[in-house]
Amino acid sequence: MSTLTDPPKASFRLSMLVYDTRYRSLTIQVVALIAFMLAAAWLINNTLQNLAELGKPIDFGFFAEPASYDINQRLVEYTSRDTHLRAAFVGLLNTLLVAVLGCALATVVGVLVGVLRLSGNWLVARIMTVYVEMFRNVPVLLWIVFFMAVLIESLPSPRDFRGESPEASMLLFDSVAVTNRGIYIPEPLFSRSLGDLSLGVFDVSLDLVAILAVLGAGLWGTARISRRAGRIQEATGVRPVTWYLRLAVVVLPVLAVLIVLGFHLGLPELTGFNFQGGIYMRNSLIALWLALSFYTAAFIAEIVRAGILAISKGQTEAAAALGLRSGRIMSLVILPQALRVIIPPLISQYLNLTKNSSLAIAVGYMDITGTLGGITMNQTGRELECVLLLMGVYLCISLIISVMMNWYNTRVKLVER
Amino acid sequence: MADLSYVRTEMVPEQAPPPSSVGVLGWLRENLFSGWFNVLLTLLSAAFITMILAAVLPWLFHSSWTAGSLNECRQQIAAAYGEHAEGACWAVIRERHLQLLFGFYPSELYWRPVLAFVVTFLALAPVLFPALPRKMLWGSVLVPFLVPWLLWGGTLWLPLTVLAGFGLGYVALRGVSGLAGGLGGVVAAAAVAVLWWLFLAGPVAQGAHALFPLGLEPVPSRQFGGFMLSITIGVVAITLSLPIGIVLALGRQSDLFILRTICVGFIEFVRGVPLITLLFVASVLLNYFLPPGTNFDIILRVIIMVTLFASAYMAEVIRGGLAALPKGQYEAADALGLDYWKAQRLIIMPQALKISIPGIVSTFIGVFKDTTLVSIIGLFDPIGLSNAIRADTNWNGIVWELYGFIALMFFVFCFSMSRYSMYLERKLQTERR
Repeated sequence: MSTLTDPPKASFRLSMLVYDTRYRSLTIQVVALIAFMLAAAWLINNTLQNLAELGKPIDFGFFAEPASYDINQRLVEYTSRDTHLRAAFVGLLNTLLVAVLGCALATVVGVLVGVLRLSGNWLVARIMTVYVEMFRNVPVLLWIVFFMAVLIESLPSPRDFRGESPEASMLLFDSVAVTNRGIYIPEPLFSRSLGDLSLGVFDVSLDLVAILAVLGAGLWGTARISRRAGRIQEATGVRPVTWYLRLAVVVLPVLAVLIVLGFHLGLPELTGFNFQGGIYMRNSLIALWLALSFYTAAFIAEIVRAGILAISKGQTEAAAALGLRSGRIMSLVILPQALRVIIPPLISQYLNLTKNSSLAIAVGYMDITGTLGGITMNQTGRELECVLLLMGVYLCISLIISVMMNWYNTRVKLVER
Repeated sequence: MADLSYVRTEMVPEQAPPPSSVGVLGWLRENLFSGWFNVLLTLLSAAFITMILAAVLPWLFHSSWTAGSLNECRQQIAAAYGEHAEGACWAVIRERHLQLLFGFYPSELYWRPVLAFVVTFLALAPVLFPALPRKMLWGSVLVPFLVPWLLWGGTLWLPLTVLAGFGLGYVALRGVSGLAGGLGGVVAAAAVAVLWWLFLAGPVAQGAHALFPLGLEPVPSRQFGGFMLSITIGVVAITLSLPIGIVLALGRQSDLFILRTICVGFIEFVRGVPLITLLFVASVLLNYFLPPGTNFDIILRVIIMVTLFASAYMAEVIRGGLAALPKGQYEAADALGLDYWKAQRLIIMPQALKISIPGIVSTFIGVFKDTTLVSIIGLFDPIGLSNAIRADTNWNGIVWELYGFIALMFFVFCFSMSRYSMYLERKLQTERR
């Protein structure tokens, strides 16, 4: 007869730290942590030593000093007597401006190209393929400097608009001037303006706030109307026709506010050697905007195409078998499923576009890389502070966008068993 | 009773399809002219193509190859094709193409970068095309030592002593493994090699060079430029980023909390900042982080940062491949009794890498395109050179020819990479369809 006994408890030996799986992971982690901390300490020590030798300890005090350089494209008030901090802020707004403009145009072009690439028309599909391959396989920096060069070399200069029979003329009923210095477009003006609200850092136009508030209320109204229509449909089976009501709820109040505020357009006019009035978009902004948008649009087109192809044909056929019309099939069956595939890579393209906007420095557009990482860094000689802060800013933008993406992903995730 | 069947009893003879639905005509009807909307699209596209061709073709053929400046070009074209003829001024490419390819590399030494790239391609060939004999891989191992020597020149003894470090490490591994087990062997090998490289390699190389001066004329980094620079940075970053990316991806997927945190932190940080800020680090900050007095080559600094950047993206791509693998594969590998590294090497990685081929190659293409960013920190890659050429008084105002040439070169490289990835995907496809 045999008795089962516990194996004898082995006393702890040092070699078990390596060969015993119970302890090994702990050993590896402790070694990794020590190595990591040693490396970090070494880097920080070197940095401090170097900075001490150069006699410039880490100090962000330079942000309060006057920047003494001009920023020619800006969204908020700025003069060269403002501080470096203010200049960095202006740069950040410029980054966000080109990112938002770029994302909007890239989405429109990308979706259009992606859908047309799937078109049954052979010629159209081929043209779109050429577009995608052409933009995807050439560096974005090359596109940016190329667009800049084309704008400068091939557009008329303001002087060509002068005289009895000018070589160039303004477009769209004399409201848009396209010149080699930039594009002048009409600006919205209000003759009975509400004035500006100062937020300390920058001013906000109360007119804009009023219009946005009315627009938001209108959109809320349409949502209410369509929810009511949905309830009626569920109760009676007939959906009341509401589109004119919804349109009116949005458009009429906004029109009313515009009339009350005395809305009119300020057209650019040629005075002397240059155009005055209107909104002036410099070439650097236009070139950066177009190049980033068309480049990113090529990637978005591929994402859209892959998303639509990912939905199996059976879905379309099943929806058709239920008796849905083709528009409804798209909006109720295909798009909700395709969007789940499309949106995450789409947002990472937005992220790429925002990061690529740092290439603005190549055409002299003053985004945050041009102000904080360019002129401020060169003027003050504070490389460490400037570059670390620049990285921090981009990291924050990226993190905010990825948090939004994760929130969306969890919301639309397919719930499986 | 009469036969009242309503069904035909004999087969109808097969008829040819209507002529409008087969052949060229049928294809045209189906693909270009089905419905009014398609007809409209076709006409619009045809008009668009005609417009482009009408503008581009005369420009392409009314070209000048021999002029010395843009003005001379315009005069030549006006003289040959009439006053208002628009023509391409290819003379700029003829005059500057060597500079665009090699930068300011001494022209009598052009054979060295050319040889280096031929050697690199030969080394990559057995990796790219499995049909070639496996023995060629042994030659590939020597290339990382040969190519930098060819490009930068200097004494031959330096790469040889670096190579000797690996040899010494191997000897230590064999020697100590027998005495103190596998782990002790690895530690000893690493220690011996690092000590050799840090303290002995330099003096030994100098001494050997003094005795037997074998070497090439050194070329300083600031003379590097053009596509040679892009390809050098690109190839190094691409080849190094794959292994580093694999290690980072495994770290991110591992159960070890501290390792995972370090990997996630690194990946998310690098992916969250634009490459240009990392290049700023390379050009102005890296010297702060190293011991006082260290100052090493700008191209090396750039390569380090671009490699780190590419590795983080590569790690995410490979993590996607790892995540896409069914859990059963991990469990089956465990059930076979394989340890972690064997399971990764034999079961997990081959499948995960196969799934992630498209992502890996598009990361490669992205890295190669991103090498143009070095022009912003003052290196003369093709875009940096194009700015210099456009600033030259002779060629002031040239746009299409110059950028067209650079874009075409990039297009050829990137497009062939993406085609290669498609070929690889087809070849590795094992699912029955």
